Amino acid sequence: MGAPLIGARIQRKEDYRFLTGAGQYTDDVTLQGQTHAVFVRSPHAHAKIRSIRKDKALKAPGVLAVFTGEDLAAAKVGGLPCGWLITDVNGQPMKEPPHPCLAQGKARYVGDHVAVVVAETLDGAHDAAELVEVDYEVLPAVADASMARAKGAPVLHEAAPDNTCYVWALGDKAATDAAFAKAAHVTKLEFINNRLIPNAIEPRAAIGLYSRSEDAYTLYVSNQNPHVERLLMAAFVLGLPEHKLRVVAPDVGGGFGSKIYLYAEDVVVTWASKQINRPVKWTAERSESFVSDAHGRDHHTIAELAMDKDGKFLAMRVKTTANMGAYLSTFASAIPTILYATLLAGQYTTPVIHVEVTAVFTNTAPVDAYRGAGRPEATYVVERLVETAAREMKLDPAEIRRRNFIKQFPYQTPVALLYDIGDYEATMAAAIKLADVAGFPQRRKEAEARGKLRGLGYAAYIEACGIAPSAVAGALGARAGLFEAGEIRVHPTGSVTVFTGSHSHGQGHETTFAQVVADRFGLPIESVDIVHGDTSKVLFGMGTYGSRSLAVGGTAIVKAMDKIIAKGKKIAAHLLEAAEGDIEYDRGVFKVAGTDKQKMFGEVAFAAYVPHNYPHDKLEPGLNENAFYDPANFTFPAGTYVCEVEIDRDTGTTRVVNFTAVDDFGKIVNPMIVEGQVHGGITQGIGQALTEGCRYDATGQLTTGSFMDYCIPRADDVPSYKVDTRETPCTHNPLGVKGCGEAGAIGAPAALMNAITDALGIKDLPMPATPQTVWKALQNKKAA
Amino acid sequence: MAVRVSMKVNGKAVSGEVETRTLLVTFIREHLRLTGTHVGCDTAQCGACTVHMNGKAVKACSMLAMQAEGADVLTIEGLAKADGTLHPMQAAFKEHHGLQCGFCTPGMVMNAVDFAARHPGASEQEVREALEGNLCRCTGYHNIVKSIMAGSKAMATGK
Repeated sequence: MGAPLIGARIQRKEDYRFLTGAGQYTDDVTLQGQTHAVFVRSPHAHAKIRSIRKDKALKAPGVLAVFTGEDLAAAKVGGLPCGWLITDVNGQPMKEPPHPCLAQGKARYVGDHVAVVVAETLDGAHDAAELVEVDYEVLPAVADASMARAKGAPVLHEAAPDNTCYVWALGDKAATDAAFAKAAHVTKLEFINNRLIPNAIEPRAAIGLYSRSEDAYTLYVSNQNPHVERLLMAAFVLGLPEHKLRVVAPDVGGGFGSKIYLYAEDVVVTWASKQINRPVKWTAERSESFVSDAHGRDHHTIAELAMDKDGKFLAMRVKTTANMGAYLSTFASAIPTILYATLLAGQYTTPVIHVEVTAVFTNTAPVDAYRGAGRPEATYVVERLVETAAREMKLDPAEIRRRNFIKQFPYQTPVALLYDIGDYEATMAAAIKLADVAGFPQRRKEAEARGKLRGLGYAAYIEACGIAPSAVAGALGARAGLFEAGEIRVHPTGSVTVFTGSHSHGQGHETTFAQVVADRFGLPIESVDIVHGDTSKVLFGMGTYGSRSLAVGGTAIVKAMDKIIAKGKKIAAHLLEAAEGDIEYDRGVFKVAGTDKQKMFGEVAFAAYVPHNYPHDKLEPGLNENAFYDPANFTFPAGTYVCEVEIDRDTGTTRVVNFTAVDDFGKIVNPMIVEGQVHGGITQGIGQALTEGCRYDATGQLTTGSFMDYCIPRADDVPSYKVDTRETPCTHNPLGVKGCGEAGAIGAPAALMNAITDALGIKDLPMPATPQTVWKALQNKKAA
Repeated sequence: MAVRVSMKVNGKAVSGEVETRTLLVTFIREHLRLTGTHVGCDTAQCGACTVHMNGKAVKACSMLAMQAEGADVLTIEGLAKADGTLHPMQAAFKEHHGLQCGFCTPGMVMNAVDFAARHPGASEQEVREALEGNLCRCTGYHNIVKSIMAGSKAMATGK
């Protein structure tokens, strides 16, 4: 038995293959006889398709097929389903217009998939795609969500004549309005939570393979949840039994939410592989990713916070318009509702909250979950309001938070969630210390002497991870379960293969999950391998998103380990000629209580597979167990971020000079990996606040369609970070873990904007705070 | 139009028939099946395709295969020793958790090796500036910078 592995900074098992170029991402897979697909995409945001002429393209060298929406309709290929049904304020189901895999009669955003060309070579497919003649009748378009419901706005779908998907509300409106009427002070802000383009560095890719001999399909796809992809595609789109579709999500180069969804391209290459009886590969070019990956955020919000004279929060009122894009992506409808509105209590005891969300269709790419998914938007609302309120009430921003923190747990919020545990004062106090907030006035002075404006901002975020339980999610409209599955296969000589329904695309599960298993079984970490990402190997899975992997997927593995140990005790009792009740188990050792008689994990495994001396009358041989785990509740990571910026008065350039994060993720299995997750999350949050802003012009053209005009942070845009953790173990999973993947992206934007507005001495500023935006604000302030 | 290109890749003489428009990265990935060199963008911003040509880091997506005619090319697959021992820069990335999803990693490492060789003892700020042409969406660069500082030191001291 070695040193404990839980809590250890174990170097990653997966690194060697990535560092030596041996990773196998979807585009690295080449199948025998593989062909290449190129999609013909709409150059118009909104257009009627009068006709599509394929003949020239079909005659081009090496072209095997050209398919359009008509072909899919004739083959009865369904549209893409939405996985969450929101019921509106009038009790009506949300509007769910058809989302065809290739456009049917109309294109509704720039990049909408209109036709596909399949050819022997990629260059050949590209050349032929240029020859597909689409006769468009361009229609007026609406890209801005705040204009979608305006009188005379162009209508996207017959099913939604006012471009409205739903109007939804949560909370007690009458009580909220009453509390506002009695307030000593009201802080009000109106802002846009800027639209973002996820941009995992590996572009999406998919290879469809049909086998005539087995009458079955295989899909290789860059995806975060292969079983969900299979379920949606088989049951809702292609009408296949699931055992006829294998989905493999091999190494995946980042997801951040954008690879949760079932995309049209995945369906088309799968279907097309049968039509031409050859594998069909498609890999997005970055320009395609920009127009066709699901985007994130894009909220227009008016938010108010009511307080008494001491800054005690009395009520919050929020009205949000959320842009769904042109069609509903897989989980689009749940993001601005279930994952946003429910988080508006933040870390505070605000007794009443009312929120109304209007979701609209526009001529833009579909919008869905992107790292944080609803929770960054909620945190931005709460933490910008709180910081602004502190300034208006002349209170220290830490003090106003302290006065309103939730201190008793469990805590039922007025917006449906039941927080199980937390210690918000502890994380804030630690952050204040680590950030040396006490030294800030001096640093500000020094900065002023150098001609720079220096500001400090806080964000005390909360998030809800591991969305659960299935029954509650189902009652709220989820059309899928939210459990996870795991299997432990103990081999005869005591090494272990773990199969998990979680999917790793950077999170390091191959290491973290192995630590959890090796620790409990008393094995060296090298004796445990993790398998994920293949529906033919893993029993089932709901995948990785919403920071759920360790809390939900890890717990499924723990439950399977419980079964292994329970069986192992029976085997050990037999081998040791003791009563089962007398067997104690600790990290790989089965021991007869109070004696020195014991059997090691490996010995028990061997006995299970070479059952010469074995209780055959009571037990089956073998040592292989699986478990499904459906959590009792969400987990609630929380923390405080402190950001310091310096702004150049002449250029408006903002530099993040200090960024401190203290998070409570519950128990931590591998601090090195957790810190890495926080660093990455913060950087995406800094991206949202400083550099990233997706823009469509008035005609619906994407004007930020490459890395040259959509700026994801470079190494010299960000500092090194100070990160630390505090720990209140989650009360309802055996590992006590909460999830850490999204926190940085949730907390950082508000901390940044609080710091920037502090430096500038202004109430608000739109994100991203580019040099131009900041410079303009400085000029306006000068003029005022 | 098809042309024949010949070059040395990871110490081995290779040649192949390509179109004149074939990019070096396509030749490496599709013709040689060395898929460790990645393509993450189409505007030469992300650097996932970085390889060494005649000892210098270049973006293999921004040049034609023909332009590498007769060149000595090193890809990520050729960086570790023949016995599998990692190059000090690769080892530093592993030790300092300088990678997550691994997709940008080959380009990061190839750029870092070239940079460290030319700028031993570079400061953190210099390292950050040297990464201008390599995008990572996972790590926030914090641990990449740490890895490169450590890898650079290890290269300089021959460890």
